[in-house]
This record gives sequence, C-alpha cells and structure tokens, in this order.
Amino acid sequence: MSDFQVEVRVVPREGILDPQGKAVAGALKSLGFAGVDHVHVGRLVTLSLSAASPEEAQHAAVAMCRQLLANPVTEDFDVRILEAAGS
Amino acid sequence: MKVGVITFPGSNCDYDCYKAAQEVLEGETIFLWHKEHDLRGVDAVFLPGGFSYGDYLRAGAIAQLSPIMNEVRQFAAAGGPVIGICNGFQILCEAGMLPGALIRNRSLRFISRPVHIRVEQSRPPFTSEYGAGRVLRVPIAHGEGCYIADEPVLDALEAEGRVLFRYCTPDGEVTEAANPNGSARNIAGIVNEAGNVLGMMPHPERAVEPLLGSADGAPLFESLGAHLTSMMIYK
Repeated sequence: MSDFQVEVRVVPREGILDPQGKAVAGALKSLGFAGVDHVHVGRLVTLSLSAASPEEAQHAAVAMCRQLLANPVTEDFDVRILEAAGS
Repeated sequence: MKVGVITFPGSNCDYDCYKAAQEVLEGETIFLWHKEHDLRGVDAVFLPGGFSYGDYLRAGAIAQLSPIMNEVRQFAAAGGPVIGICNGFQILCEAGMLPGALIRNRSLRFISRPVHIRVEQSRPPFTSEYGAGRVLRVPIAHGEGCYIADEPVLDALEAEGRVLFRYCTPDGEVTEAANPNGSARNIAGIVNEAGNVLGMMPHPERAVEPLLGSADGAPLFESLGAHLTSMMIYK
C-alpha cells in the first residue's frame, strides 16, 4: 500500500444558477478588472489516502465524490491523484 | 397516534415542530435522536429545520448519513409519512428521497420573513384540509432555499401533481417578484412519487396559532392527523 495525496475540485455544474460566482464577478469588475466573466466559486477538498495503486486511489476518490463530496444535481467534480509520498 | 421529531446536532426547529404537533394532533409526540436506530413505533416523522452539522460541505449532506436515516428510508419506503421542513427538506434532497437540490438564495442573503404560498394540490396526507388554490401566510428562514432540478424532473413534478406549494403574491398570483429565493417555477414544497414524503422550505410549524402571526400552517398538521386516523380505522 502507498499513501497518495488526493485533491478533489468541486465546482457548480455548468449552466446552474451560481449567484455567488455572479456576485464575485461584479465585485472584481468594480475593482477595475475589466473583461472578467464566467466566475465560479467552488471548493477544494484535500485528503491523504492509502491505496494499492494510483488507479485504486482514483477509483475510491470518485466514489467519495459520488456519495458525499459533490452533489451530482448541482456540482461537477474532478479528482487529481498527486505524488505517492514515501513508502 | 404517535409522531416523532428527529433532532440532529444543529437542529433548531425541533421544539417548534414538537409543540405544533402536540398542539394540533391528538396523541403523543416524541423526540428521536439522530444516532438512534429505532423510530419507536411512530406513525409519522418530522425532519425539522436548523443547521444540522453546521451546514458543513452542503446543507443536509452530513445529516443524511446519520444512523436514524436508514430507518427513515425504510419507513418512507413502506408508505410512512415523512415531512422535512427547511433543513429537513435539504436533508431529504441530499438523501435522494426527493429529487433536485436547494442552493444559495439568488440574493445571497439569509431571508427571514413571512411569505405567501399557494396550495397547488389538496390531497392526503399533507394538504387535504386545505382547498386547492388557498393562499397561506407562513414564515421562511433560510440562506439556501433556491430549489433547482433538471427541466425533465421539473416537468415530471408538475405533470404528476407533486408540487404542493408555490411562492405567490398575497392574492395567489405566482410571479417572479413573489419568489423570495429564486426557486425554479416558484416551487416551495414537493412530494415524492408515492406522495408520502414532503419537503418544504416555509415553516408551517411556526404558524399554527394566531398568536404566532398566522394559523395557516395548522391545517397541514390537521391533514396529517386526518390521514393517520383514517389509516388506523382501516388497519
């Protein structure tokens, strides 16, 4: 078994009403950042995971997203398996 | 009849639900702790409002994994009435017991004020004591009450008569301006396919006597009572 660093990025699903992203876009424009558009605010979940292979870690992380970390009705996710630390 | 109110860590409308059920319904009302594995023979279950688990991750996401939710799922599958109010509605959606999801209010603000909702369907077990089209004045208090679902899901809800409540003007008109949180098609409350699981953002339990500013929520409890009584007769 090796330890993997897992990063799960969860963002509002494309086309879903995202009032938070809209508000941030407005605020950025008011700061003078012209040309800003399509702002979305999501969240980043990091965890370490003991697994036999990167594939197994990926598989487990996707299952975590489907069951808890993301809501498929409103959110998209992607999973990154970072370096196996040690062992 | 016996009614159970589930308390999750962070529930804050559990006593309101308890008080309303006790006041309006004949029989016994009990509290059930989220870690229990037994519904103790109740005839109906309330998932109250509040901020279970601090709304961590997403409102209702952690609470739906509470031990007692296994029993609630089985109870609902067997036809038992389940009512989720506010955070309870969010929990039922996260649990997959109701379709769709509740996201941040369009205004990004937490909204706590009375609103008007229209009863779309008069049917047991939750709205039989209302006439269809009746306008109710009940409070809302939520930051994440914007109901969304895919278009085909919304169409199915409408076609099957599963939208029980819609935000409206005091005259009962369903308008964009009367929609406090941006919910799709002004939806304030829905039921599952079998009609025995209700989720709604407004708080009927906070409107069961004139002293509270409105008694418009009481018939919901009376409807449930009438349903439970009829079930007992036919048992």
